Amino acid sequence: MGTINGRSLKSGTAAPTAARAGLMACHDCRLLARMIADPKGHAHCPRCGAPLHWRKPDSMTLSLVLLITAIILYVPANVLPIMHTTYLGKTQSDTILSGVIYFMTTGSWHIAIIIFVASIVVPALKLIVLAYLLISVKQHATSRREERTRFYRIIESIGRWSMVDIYVVTVMVALMNLGVLASVEAGWGAFYFGAVVVITMFAVRSFDPRLIWDEMENQR
Amino acid sequence: MNPDAYIACLECDLLHRRRPLPPNGVATCSRCGALLYRTRRNSLDRTLAMAICGVILFIVANVYPFLTLTYEGQEQETTLISGIIALYHQGMPVLALLVLATGIFFPLLELVGLTYILLPLKYNRKPWGMAPIFRVIRNLQPWGMTEVFLLGILVSIVKLADMATLVPGLALYAFLILIFVVAATSASLNPDIVWEQLTVDH
Repeated sequence: MGTINGRSLKSGTAAPTAARAGLMACHDCRLLARMIADPKGHAHCPRCGAPLHWRKPDSMTLSLVLLITAIILYVPANVLPIMHTTYLGKTQSDTILSGVIYFMTTGSWHIAIIIFVASIVVPALKLIVLAYLLISVKQHATSRREERTRFYRIIESIGRWSMVDIYVVTVMVALMNLGVLASVEAGWGAFYFGAVVVITMFAVRSFDPRLIWDEMENQR
Repeated sequence: MNPDAYIACLECDLLHRRRPLPPNGVATCSRCGALLYRTRRNSLDRTLAMAICGVILFIVANVYPFLTLTYEGQEQETTLISGIIALYHQGMPVLALLVLATGIFFPLLELVGLTYILLPLKYNRKPWGMAPIFRVIRNLQPWGMTEVFLLGILVSIVKLADMATLVPGLALYAFLILIFVVAATSASLNPDIVWEQLTVDH
């Protein structure tokens, strides 16, 4: 019988899970291995060598720390300019939001929507949903498990698209490089924004969605 | 109970008995809907072909000019890497590294790594370091963002179209095709064809 976070899993009528069967699932090759740890207490997959755990180690703490870091960095990412454009003798600084507004005012609605969703909706959604998942697990919530797992799956898969603004800055910097005539320089907002994207991706990947279901296993 | 006959859902831990699937079949968790395993028709051959094709396109996309900007008689020719170099020179080395890793290095590593593993497997040989290399490739997969890079390129083109004349180069077309090849590579891969080559001592 396995233990999760120090609590043993009671057997009974509950759903047949790997932990209950005393098996650890390899995250890399999906092999099921009986719990065997080496003298140091570390277990490795007998097939592919990946580290084995009942649940992702320190999942809640790590995920929370990364989430808080991302929330803090989210402020400079949105306040500071992501790029400075010098064109016809004038220098203009753009933040993420003013970039969206620029496309709206110039009539490129499709581009405005793409940037708005990728750079503003997706990062905010990730932060909110992950916070919700962490709180719900912390409070031993038992309802809406399927929805919460689906939310996890969604924020895990859409996170990458937030990188689009970083690539826009990169391409602009490469192309608008004509000295005094026209040039684009990356701003620190881009640095913080890149950091938010990467850190939230790590935060989501540190969260173990199986914790959503473990509560039920313990209750029955 | 033989553990090899079962698979656990990575998102809710429910155990499922492994059942043979029809070609291009998908098994999902009965409790939370997560992907359990899938089968792909001619997975090895197709993935290998796509990976090799991808490596070639990658070379074309990085060697040839990407976009040429003409403005007031001046010409600015760029390759994929020149934006990264410019970022580095502007005092943004971390950002340059992030773009290099996610836009170029990780996707290329995935394609080269898959070729390295699948080509010997096709001739019934096991490449050296198969398990750790395949593990690295699988774990880097979410960090390869070629399709997002392409979207960024297209947005920039729209943004610059009013200010200057842009002439697409061969590399842009290669990169465009590469997106589909990268997508087809992941879509045709059934990772079990590699893992099943490894023996287990329970």
